[in-house]
Amino acid sequence: MNPILEVEHFNLSFTQYDRGSRRRQFTAIRDLNLTVRAGEVAAVVGSSGSGKSLLAHAVLGLLPYNAAPSGTIRYAGEELTSERVAALRGREMVLIPQGVSWLDPLMQVGPQLRRGDRSPAARQRSAAALGRYGLGPETETLYPFELSGGMARRVLMACAVQENPRLVVADEPTPGLDPTAAGRMLGHFRELAEGGAGVLFITHDLELALAVAHRVTVFYAGTTVEEVAVDAFSSGQLAHPYTRALWDALPQNGFTPLPGAQPGPGEVLDGCPFAPRCPHCRPECRSGALPPWRETPLGRVRCHAWEGGDAL
Amino acid sequence: MKHRLAFAGKKLLRMALLLLGVSFAAFVLMAASPLDPLRTNVGQAALGTMSSEQIARLEDYWGVNTPPLERYGNWLSAALHGDFGTSLLYRQPVTTVIGQRLVASLGLMVFAWLLAGALGFLLGCVAGAFRDKLPDKLIRGWCLLLSSTPSFWLAILLLLVFAVWLGWLPIGLSVPIGADAASVTLMDRLRHAVLPALTLSITGVPSIALHTRAKLIEVLEQDYVLFARARGESYHSIVLRHGLRNIALPALTLQFASVSEILGGSVLVEQVFSYPGLGQAAVAAGVGGDLPLLLGITVLTAALVFGGNLAADLLYGVIDPRIRRGAAKA
Repeated sequence: MNPILEVEHFNLSFTQYDRGSRRRQFTAIRDLNLTVRAGEVAAVVGSSGSGKSLLAHAVLGLLPYNAAPSGTIRYAGEELTSERVAALRGREMVLIPQGVSWLDPLMQVGPQLRRGDRSPAARQRSAAALGRYGLGPETETLYPFELSGGMARRVLMACAVQENPRLVVADEPTPGLDPTAAGRMLGHFRELAEGGAGVLFITHDLELALAVAHRVTVFYAGTTVEEVAVDAFSSGQLAHPYTRALWDALPQNGFTPLPGAQPGPGEVLDGCPFAPRCPHCRPECRSGALPPWRETPLGRVRCHAWEGGDAL
Repeated sequence: MKHRLAFAGKKLLRMALLLLGVSFAAFVLMAASPLDPLRTNVGQAALGTMSSEQIARLEDYWGVNTPPLERYGNWLSAALHGDFGTSLLYRQPVTTVIGQRLVASLGLMVFAWLLAGALGFLLGCVAGAFRDKLPDKLIRGWCLLLSSTPSFWLAILLLLVFAVWLGWLPIGLSVPIGADAASVTLMDRLRHAVLPALTLSITGVPSIALHTRAKLIEVLEQDYVLFARARGESYHSIVLRHGLRNIALPALTLQFASVSEILGGSVLVEQVFSYPGLGQAAVAAGVGGDLPLLLGITVLTAALVFGGNLAADLLYGVIDPRIRRGAAKA
């Protein structure tokens, strides 16, 4: 399958002013790599503060003015320049955000869906998009505060699918939903992928990611540490110690917590960011650049300690 | 509906308490004033030539010998019965004096209020939409300059330029000097109102513009604006469709809250232009110890300011769907 989105060696830093006029560079994302293929759901899993939402915003060209991105983002094989992203977003590339606060609180659902287009064709499109998620025409006259959490997510989905997107970026689309409603949302993402779109599913919830995704990319402290097919989790073929720790922390897998805390945003460590918490840490992990990518049977990993197979 | 009645009831009770407090505060200030009403109104020289009986009669007239609390009590009980007394300076019922003055001032203030609101809103929107760019810097600079300019000074400056140097507009009063009341045309009145109204509105613009700007910037940082960008809406369309919609309510509050600034400003401005309006009457009543008139004007202006804020609150309920529909369901 063709990659629809490729992020390579992507860095992101912010310029901040602290105490008067002293300028400070603040690194949020470091040497990040990620691929989303057409027809698949690629999950990005990481704890809060790992830079996941920034990744979504970077892909859609929504970074604030003081952000300094570098590296390459390619969409459908071609570099995604700011002009290109401006032309594509909302049409081929869509965002499914977290919740109701992403809808204009003072605008009814219908006009909001149609983005000011009053043509009959637009009306038809918005009605069809709502209908696809089981929302009737009466939804169009509701204001966001009148929607339940689940309805709001479906409206946000409807916003996205009006246009037959090729890339769907979903940024934590499920928190606050009960398991049934969350499950239904996940089904919608699978549907979009089956329709040929690439879905970038960003979440902090590994279980959700495993339920919906074909591949999982693990985020830690602003970088990606492992990219692996979903099967690797149940078959125990995980290569990075952090990925394993995430898996072991699930209730059904022993509920084992990992001691320590993720470095805060802007805190740049030499070498591997996971080194201070890693049970397999080696001297070379603590200095120099990030460990290089290495191929694993079901993906790739960034770890010096991995020696193939299960041996760590 | 029921809760809206309760809301209005609560507001009215508040208004009554506020008016009571304001009138009492105004009375205390006046009672504490070091100005002797006799000396101010009759004059030191005239007093010297009067007999002690005449002076005693005048003291009675100006209420010098009545204990302060009793004077306030008398005024209050009469006012509660709808009688606001007779102005000591103008020798006419307070309601008549206020009525005449209000007619003169109202046009001035309404014009200034609308112009300041419209101009302030427009400038604030432009500044907010062009945040930190040239238009914003110019507007912000202009607003800071204006808000640090005293309004009476601005009034004098405008007088100097438009009335003295250019001679386009009259230097003061509300009608031509020496003209027969019957021969005064509407055009005459308008020409006399231009400069005071302009001064008032110019001084009202900065706070509205700067508040509107801050509000628009806040709105443009919301998630829903980011989502609108993600959905491919242009900046232009975002400002017009989402920005204006979401600052409309705070702008309304601002506009009605600015009633108090316009009223306050009119006192100084009318003084500079010798414009016979409510503001000027307030100054005359305060300086001259005309208690009934001062309390009457105080109560009226407090009621106007309160009414402005109340109007904003009520309009909120009509305009904001979250209140309108939320209340209908509850």
